Amino acid sequence: MVTFTIDVERCKGCGLCIAHCPRKLLSLSPNLNSKGFHPVRISDPEQCTRCLNCTTMCPDVVISIT
Amino acid sequence: MGWRYMAEIKKKLSAKKETSMPPSTQTHKRTFQRPKSLTDIPFRYCPGCGHGIVARVLAEVVDELGIREKTIGLAPVGCAIWLEDHFEWDMVGPAHGRGPAVATGIKRVLPDHVVLSYQGDGDLAAIGTAEMIHAANRGENITVIFVNNAVYGMTQGQMAPTSMIGQETTTTPGGRDAKRDGFPLRVCELLSSLEGAVYLTRTTITSPKHVRATKRAIRKAIELQMQGAGFTLVEVLSTCPTNWRMNPLQAMEWIEKEMVSYYPLGEIKGA
Amino acid sequence: MSEKILMKGNEAVGEAAIYVGCRHYFGYPITPQNELTAYMARRMNEVGGTFIQSESEIAAISMVFGAASAGARTMTSSSGPGISLKQEGISYIAGAQLPCVIVNVMRGGPGLGNISAAQSDYFQATRGGGHGDYYTLVLAPYNVQEMFDLTLLAFHMADQYRMPALLLADGILGQMREPLILHRPDFPPLPPKTWAVGRMKDRPMNLISSIRLGEGRLEAHNHDLQRIYDEVRKNEVRFEETHTEDAEVLLVAFGTSARVCLGAVTEGRAQGLRIGLFRPITLWPFPSEALVRHAEKVRSILVVEMNMGQMVEDVRLAVEGRCPIHFHGRPGGGLPTTREVLEKVREGL
Ligand SMILES: Cc1ncc(C[n+]2csc(CCOP(=O)(O)OP(=O)(O)O)c2C)c(N)n1
Ligand code: SF4
Ligand code: SF4
Ligand code: SF4
Ligand SMILES: [Mg+2]
Repeated sequence: MVTFTIDVERCKGCGLCIAHCPRKLLSLSPNLNSKGFHPVRISDPEQCTRCLNCTTMCPDVVISIT
Repeated sequence: MGWRYMAEIKKKLSAKKETSMPPSTQTHKRTFQRPKSLTDIPFRYCPGCGHGIVARVLAEVVDELGIREKTIGLAPVGCAIWLEDHFEWDMVGPAHGRGPAVATGIKRVLPDHVVLSYQGDGDLAAIGTAEMIHAANRGENITVIFVNNAVYGMTQGQMAPTSMIGQETTTTPGGRDAKRDGFPLRVCELLSSLEGAVYLTRTTITSPKHVRATKRAIRKAIELQMQGAGFTLVEVLSTCPTNWRMNPLQAMEWIEKEMVSYYPLGEIKGA
Repeated sequence: MSEKILMKGNEAVGEAAIYVGCRHYFGYPITPQNELTAYMARRMNEVGGTFIQSESEIAAISMVFGAASAGARTMTSSSGPGISLKQEGISYIAGAQLPCVIVNVMRGGPGLGNISAAQSDYFQATRGGGHGDYYTLVLAPYNVQEMFDLTLLAFHMADQYRMPALLLADGILGQMREPLILHRPDFPPLPPKTWAVGRMKDRPMNLISSIRLGEGRLEAHNHDLQRIYDEVRKNEVRFEETHTEDAEVLLVAFGTSARVCLGAVTEGRAQGLRIGLFRPITLWPFPSEALVRHAEKVRSILVVEMNMGQMVEDVRLAVEGRCPIHFHGRPGGGLPTTREVLEKVREGL
């Protein structure tokens, strides 16, 4: 089981995680967070391989995977 | 970051060849959580700024080595001034460029501590050139984390000593001209002739592979410091999307296309 | 515990630093303070301290900033041109509320000037010296014994108030040799430096910084600093008076000028002149109130300096027109003589 947590308020929608997800699970949400950014969202956490590319590329420590 | 940007990311994704490793054979229990050495305060950097990646990686290394209570960090003048809010270890804010000299003072009082001088390119390679060279030459047992983003980030994008030839900045309209502005300064190579500098390496953050290499380099530098080896410096080619007037992905590509050929990656001086 | 020896002023400063546990000295060569740098190099070797000949005065004061951040007693020394370079660091040290001692063995300026003794850096010393709203403690010795004693005091006060202390000497004081009693001071104990970085154990992180971002934080910080400066003004004013009880003309001088004036007082008294000397020992805080008490009684004040008139401005500010104020100055390495001083005294009578 993958617990995939997105700290939506920290996300700045930079897209670096999205570009590096080999399974293309990530995208920007059409919603805005309180800072005015479109935060990242995950389509299907069960598909996540825990490659940690997203957490490695994220400049804002938004995603945790446990 | 505009919504239209998502379309651009998507385009890039589909253009990119699937580099995915077979998921099943990959590491099952790999986890990532916010490093304990980071405070709760969100980074104040612009979206996609490389400083965030470097700062997080540094916190991960300090956590993994279990040295938080023995670490003293320097938050330089420059965008990384914000680091004083972000690390859970003791921090000192030196004047612009004086990090290596301030680190020297700290380290001489507390030789069993790990002293980390985090610095930008303007800070380290322009105003702080003398302090950098002489700390290295004394073999001062400190580690410099040098974030080379080829521009003065905090002051809105002026030319840095490391700006590329032809690079547009607010003080090089029309691009950096070697005749007028000199050449991009290669810090690792410059320091490599100094006996006191034991480990000089250059990495980048343009892909997970490179970020991991950055982390390994930082870890190695700190371990060398803990062994008392001498002056260590990790140069990280990093992004300033805001002042480069690019989106974060374009900025990463710009490093690969423009910077890496001039600033070769890897150990410039090994230990 | 005390010992009497013959020593140069510059060396007396160094030995005092060693006496009060300064084990981290950083400096860059410049005349007329070179004896101090060399002395520290030798003594730090002997006591197992740190001596670094830095690449510049900017680096030296930055090293002081670092060592002070880590809680150590630390010192640097220089003369005019080097002190100018240190101003960046001194401002940061004041802003970050760090204790340290800076020694200025003054020479003549502006620019490179020359290496002979002068008092040309009074303005720079007593107005903070660098950018921003701050002061440093400024102590002005006038003999070798005071070079020692005031260095002891400078370290103590710097720690007590968490601010930089400046010892303002000059080339004559630095290089003269006089008998000196070495002694350990018995200052009251100081609180531990819990604010320093390092040795973290079960406490939140410590931050040493002069930057105050965020709405209102810098304004509050400036008010905090001013409260400390007010405390210092209240508690730490120091001066010495000689034959002031019945003086008609009051000489005001510090450091080497005060030595000349002491001679003038002795000579003048022998000639029947009623003159006295008021010698500020702390130049900041300046002994304004004490001076006002005299200004109400004397016929005039004569300020004597080895510059074109710097401290005289503080005297005027203090006295506020209560009596006439005259000035005699010799800049650029010139030394006022007792004869010149007595001539000026007669003019003032
Ligand atoms: C003595 C001094 N000069 C100039 C400045 C203004 N200043 C602040 S940050 C900066 C440039 C920082 O650039 P860099 O070191 O490359 O850091 P970055 O923001 O790019 O990470 C400058 C010139 C200053 N604070 N102090
Ligand atoms: S861990 Fe890997 S697979 Fe899972 S979301 Fe992140 S990048 Fe995609
Ligand atoms: S990399 Fe981080 S900040 Fe950027 S979009 Fe992904 S989660 Fe958000
Ligand atoms: S200005 Fe540049 S370096 Fe500074 S936070 Fe923004 S992107 Fe990062
Ligand atoms: Mg930069």
